[in-house]
Amino acid sequence: MLYVSRWNANIVAAVCVLSVLLCVPSFLSKQTVDRWPSWLPKKQLSLGLDLQGGAHMLLAMDVDEVRKAWLGRLAEDARRRLREAKVVGKSDVILTDEAVQVRLSKADETDKANKALRQMIQQTGNLLAGTAGTDIDVQKGDEGTFTIKPTDLGLQERVSNALSSALETVRRRVDSMGVAETTVVREGRNRILVQVPGIQDTKDLRELVGKTAALSFHEVHETVTAEQAKKSGPPPGFKVFPGEGKDEAAQVLRVVPVVSGDELTNAQPAVSSRDGRPIITFAFNTAGARKFGRFTSTHVNKPFAIVLDDKVISAPIINEPILGGQGEISGQGFTFESTTLLANQLRSGALPAKLTVDQESTVGPSLGSDSIEAGRRATIAGFIGVAAFLILGYGLFGFFAIVALLVNLALIIVAMAYLGASLTLPGIAGIVLTMGMSVDANVLINERIRDERRAGKTLIAALDSGFTRAYGTILDTNMTGLLAALILIAFGAGPVRGFGVTLAIGIVASAFTATTVTRYLVTGWLRWRRPTAIPI
Amino acid sequence: MSFKPIEFVPAGTKFRFVHHWRLALVETILLALLTLYLLASPWGPGLNYGVDFRGGIKLELRVKDGPADIGAIRAKLGELNLGGLQIQRFGDRPTDVLIRMEEQPGDDKAQLELIAKVQRAVGENVEVLGQEVIGPAVSAELISSAVWALTLASLGIFLYVWFRFEWQFSVSAIAALLHDIAMTVCLFSIFQLEFDLSIVAALLTLIGYAVNDTVVTFDRVRENLRKYKRMQLGELIDLSVNETLSRTAMTAGAVLITLVALFVLGGPVIRGFALAILFGMVVSTYTSMFVAAPLLYLLGVHREWGTDAPATPAAAEASRARATFK
Repeated sequence: MLYVSRWNANIVAAVCVLSVLLCVPSFLSKQTVDRWPSWLPKKQLSLGLDLQGGAHMLLAMDVDEVRKAWLGRLAEDARRRLREAKVVGKSDVILTDEAVQVRLSKADETDKANKALRQMIQQTGNLLAGTAGTDIDVQKGDEGTFTIKPTDLGLQERVSNALSSALETVRRRVDSMGVAETTVVREGRNRILVQVPGIQDTKDLRELVGKTAALSFHEVHETVTAEQAKKSGPPPGFKVFPGEGKDEAAQVLRVVPVVSGDELTNAQPAVSSRDGRPIITFAFNTAGARKFGRFTSTHVNKPFAIVLDDKVISAPIINEPILGGQGEISGQGFTFESTTLLANQLRSGALPAKLTVDQESTVGPSLGSDSIEAGRRATIAGFIGVAAFLILGYGLFGFFAIVALLVNLALIIVAMAYLGASLTLPGIAGIVLTMGMSVDANVLINERIRDERRAGKTLIAALDSGFTRAYGTILDTNMTGLLAALILIAFGAGPVRGFGVTLAIGIVASAFTATTVTRYLVTGWLRWRRPTAIPI
Repeated sequence: MSFKPIEFVPAGTKFRFVHHWRLALVETILLALLTLYLLASPWGPGLNYGVDFRGGIKLELRVKDGPADIGAIRAKLGELNLGGLQIQRFGDRPTDVLIRMEEQPGDDKAQLELIAKVQRAVGENVEVLGQEVIGPAVSAELISSAVWALTLASLGIFLYVWFRFEWQFSVSAIAALLHDIAMTVCLFSIFQLEFDLSIVAALLTLIGYAVNDTVVTFDRVRENLRKYKRMQLGELIDLSVNETLSRTAMTAGAVLITLVALFVLGGPVIRGFALAILFGMVVSTYTSMFVAAPLLYLLGVHREWGTDAPATPAAAEASRARATFK
């Protein structure tokens, strides 16, 4: 055990030296490190939000809204398929909260309709993961009725897809703020975590991120007014859309839009050349421009409506065909701030469903710097205390343990910096605690050596079996500790996870240093001094 | 080097840990009853859950001009008629205040408006140190994931110790662990200290640490079982605990030093967390000696260890050691 191959020793020494060197940038300011020549490693340990200050927000996607939007599309799809399958009898497609109901007027067309509707079913899920299944259920009731119902699996997939696209949208919006090192990640099944360092006021962030910003252009019904429609129900295919704010009137609009916001290629805040009011200029892609051109050509001198998040923001009259695919939007409630925000949201695309804020927290810069200072003091005091205690208890061997502890700390910092884990206040606590706990491995070894010495073994034999026989115990204690740390990572949220990460890295690092660094130091010392007694 | 290291625990201590098993049993039963009374009975005070478990709003404010007048702030905020309002000092500075309240009816915009209102009520010149708004969906999930985490960690450790030792060791280790957690939770209940997510993290850490202590002792018990075939079990367990006493003192000492540093210097944000581990660790040192060891004695152990040819180098070493011992 006390024989150490040159190769092993060299590798361990290299790891130690490298880790100590690599953690140097983390102790310097960013400016200093930036001035270094480019070939030097510059990776720094990044600070968590609770230390550098900033806003943290957990956004939840409205699952209900995703389901409703999907049901709407399913109803449309059902109508189209019945039409294409030449089901001639007048059929009703009714949308409920849970499902789409289809009722045929001619019962002899049931088989034909059944076949057409069944084609809507799609396979989904993962066969290998054992989650394969269909996305919807089509059930045949009696007398030519059908119920089309989303399955849990199908809904799950829809939510997951919607979340992925929302994630992209939110990321683009947050990026537009121009703040460095923002985090936008998926959290769990239906949540998005947004972290923006350095900001204190979350109001703007909420507005920017939370708005759906679904823009669409609709045909206005020519004769039926909103009042009439509210009384006697809107004409088929039409719906009453409320106006935005007090100044904009409600309108009866065709539900299927002429062009929707996802065909925008650009949107910019601007000032109207006519009255100096804030407006938004926009441009469509080719397909959108063609559709818009066709519509405006056939509807000259008639109104059309611009709808944002299901509310009419303006309903101008078409003066002339708009063929270039470009236009401008004005609105009663527009201000220079709101057009800037809205243009930004339109450029980044609409959210597939509303996002609500489930949790938010901000940490001011004072608390952050207080915490850094407190963490630093606790770390230094903890280290000095442990070092003194080790020297008192084990003398020279305590000094070896301190060297191992320093390497251990360097390894934790380097591992965190290169894994991209940021240092949080609980993380600092984890490091301080690791200093205490990682000593355990060395304590076990040293106590074992004492025992063996007392049992009358020779110096070399005592050292040798001290190391060998402590390993089993070290393994057991570290495994249980690691288990707890991994569970912290798996179940903890935010800063608690940061604590688990430092704890886990600390345990692995301390197992490494205790079994290599201390042992090699002891071996080196034996060869160098040829001692006759062990100073513990 | 002329310096002679101090042996904090002299070699050859002979405390009779197992001997006092009746006392430990009474203490454990009393603790269990106390825990039930505090947490599960209608008369007990329960736990003072933090915002992350209860949902609601937490505000940490710093009054910039002079110390904060808690009484005046309480009077002013009382007029706003907020549910579940709590106002207290935060940390060591007289200028810092911690305000907690229930989530107000309305959407998330209503919460922000409320925060602004509270801020204005506290004073003109106020800096927000931190604020947190947690909705009911998140807090419910945090509770369930905390319970899951604690359960899984205990179960994982139970299985690991079972796998490495025997079921009697496993049961003793888990009993010791539950004892530590119960003690710590009781402390938080009796003094109504804020019980939040970081305390759960502390309990999980404690689970990892407390089991360390017990495992080290058990490791020695297993070794001694191989070594002394005919020694009476109680005596053998006592011997093992005494032999590992020095290690326990050294490790506990080192961890204690770091925890005191965290508790005293680590700042108000992690004070509760540091306290939970600090207290739990002191308890767990006691538990591994006075609860886990006697319980192992009461449960009894199979004594077939090492009867076969030694399978591992360590076992071979043990048998050689036995030869020299005789």
